[in-house]
Amino acid sequence: MTLTSKTAAELQALLQKGEVTVTELTNETLKTIEKTEEQIHAFIHVAKEEATARAEQLDQAPADARGPLFGVPVGIKDNIVTKDMTTTCASKMLEDFVPVYNATVMDKLEAAGAINVGKLNMDEFAMGSTTETSFFGNTLNPWNTDYVPGGSSGGSAAAVAAGEVPLSLGSDTGGSVRQPAAFCGVVGMKPTYGRISRFGLTAFGSSLDSVGTFSRTVEDNALLLGVIAGEDDNDSSSSAKQVPDYKAALTGDIKGLKVAVPSAYLGEGVDAEVAATVKEALKVLESLGAVCEEVELPHVQYAPTTYYVISSSEAQSNLSRFDGLRYGYHTENAENLEQAYFRTRQEGFGDEVKKRILFGTYAMSADHHEDLYVRAQRIRTLIAQDFDKVFENYDVVIGPTAATTAFKLGETGGDQLVHYANDVLAVPANLTGRPALSVPCGFVNELPVGLQIMGKHFDEETLYNVGHAYEQATDFHKRTPAIREGN
Amino acid sequence: MTTFSKDDVKYFADFVRIGLSEEDKGNFSAQIADLIESVSNLKEVDVTGVEPMTHPVPMINILREDQPKDILDREKMLASAEDQEDGLIKVPDIL
Repeated sequence: MTLTSKTAAELQALLQKGEVTVTELTNETLKTIEKTEEQIHAFIHVAKEEATARAEQLDQAPADARGPLFGVPVGIKDNIVTKDMTTTCASKMLEDFVPVYNATVMDKLEAAGAINVGKLNMDEFAMGSTTETSFFGNTLNPWNTDYVPGGSSGGSAAAVAAGEVPLSLGSDTGGSVRQPAAFCGVVGMKPTYGRISRFGLTAFGSSLDSVGTFSRTVEDNALLLGVIAGEDDNDSSSSAKQVPDYKAALTGDIKGLKVAVPSAYLGEGVDAEVAATVKEALKVLESLGAVCEEVELPHVQYAPTTYYVISSSEAQSNLSRFDGLRYGYHTENAENLEQAYFRTRQEGFGDEVKKRILFGTYAMSADHHEDLYVRAQRIRTLIAQDFDKVFENYDVVIGPTAATTAFKLGETGGDQLVHYANDVLAVPANLTGRPALSVPCGFVNELPVGLQIMGKHFDEETLYNVGHAYEQATDFHKRTPAIREGN
Repeated sequence: MTTFSKDDVKYFADFVRIGLSEEDKGNFSAQIADLIESVSNLKEVDVTGVEPMTHPVPMINILREDQPKDILDREKMLASAEDQEDGLIKVPDIL
């Protein structure tokens, strides 16, 4: 078994005991990345020099100064700012942008001893679900390179699935961690809104955004979240609630767990084989003592359009900061300030980004503000109340993470019905601020399927325990894409 | 059928100062018309007396002392700008 096929927990054991040096692991990781990148293109920037220097430095660290992720390589979605390292948001607008400060999650990773090995590909400004809107070209699915890895955190999911890194960070505004995790057959967590500081995460929809975590096992995911979660003076929406010991929650005991399965989650638009796979997973949970019951969510069918109005409205405000003057891309073709704004944005933003800014501007305009934007916010309340009612009687809500397996390259998810079904599954966790975890639960035509477990606010522990119990009872997480053979 | 003309596209693009080609205007006019059509389902919902949700987790008055800290390096920040002079960011002519 090669080093790069090990989990972060396994690597920790070896590194802490000194059986493997950080430099050995880092070199091995960089070699694997170099070889694998030719096939999947998960990274926008591989931080070879920085990682090598940091590894040497960590190898000198005294044994009692080794953090919980000592020497572990981590990949970072390229919308999380990294001091002195380009942060592009996969956009021409930020192609050469080098931040002067670190996101809080980067400081926390560094303090824990992790090594940032590079910046991962994504849809431009996290707007998309295929990683095809990246200015730097798309990422391919490690299970089958004719397919997309999902998005927007496609690079983060693909890098973990392909064995380039055991852990990575992504961001999730409307499913952007969970859907690629499902498509690439890895574990992906979008925690409760406010559980992780957003300081240094490039804002898309500020009332929806969360940093999220990728790994190959639930245990590793719990380890990573434990490191980066917590209150932050630089993010007033970060929660002061104490961060629990997530690993301690992994008892594997889910006897009596009450599982709600919304009828809409296995209904119209959801691929029949994906639905059948998820029903099998529910049987596994039942065999472990869980009680599954069907529930109704009366307003959930409005979640996709509610999300679209709110996220675009918030995006048009957030993206107004890119003016080409203070940092980022700057047009060469301007005679005055007004032209500089227009042309910088015309040349710097891609079509998907422009479309969402324009639609958000329409939704926020005086004529439509009340009837579109504020109406969507009221419906958001109704959707949240539906979930609140369900959670009065249930511990978790379970369904597929996505309505289908990965899309073929260039086919953005098929018809409108499938799109809609995908969003019905993805966006409620963001609209309601609830945590949701995706774990691998099977394959359809050799492509992975994800099981989505959504929970009560700040109850990531239960999600991890359910995911862990399921993982122990199955072996889907042990299957690896052919691309990893020989790594 | 919802219509969203090229002029409508330009009207909103001007607000946010995004330049568009004629071809862009045509494409966005069709795409945004589709979007407006699809979000029209929100009109079906009775929202009488329902409060708008602005924040997913209730939080009230998060305050801290107004003390400057972690001051970023001025020179480094200015280095990100396209043009600078005497410690200030230089922009093209206003007129």
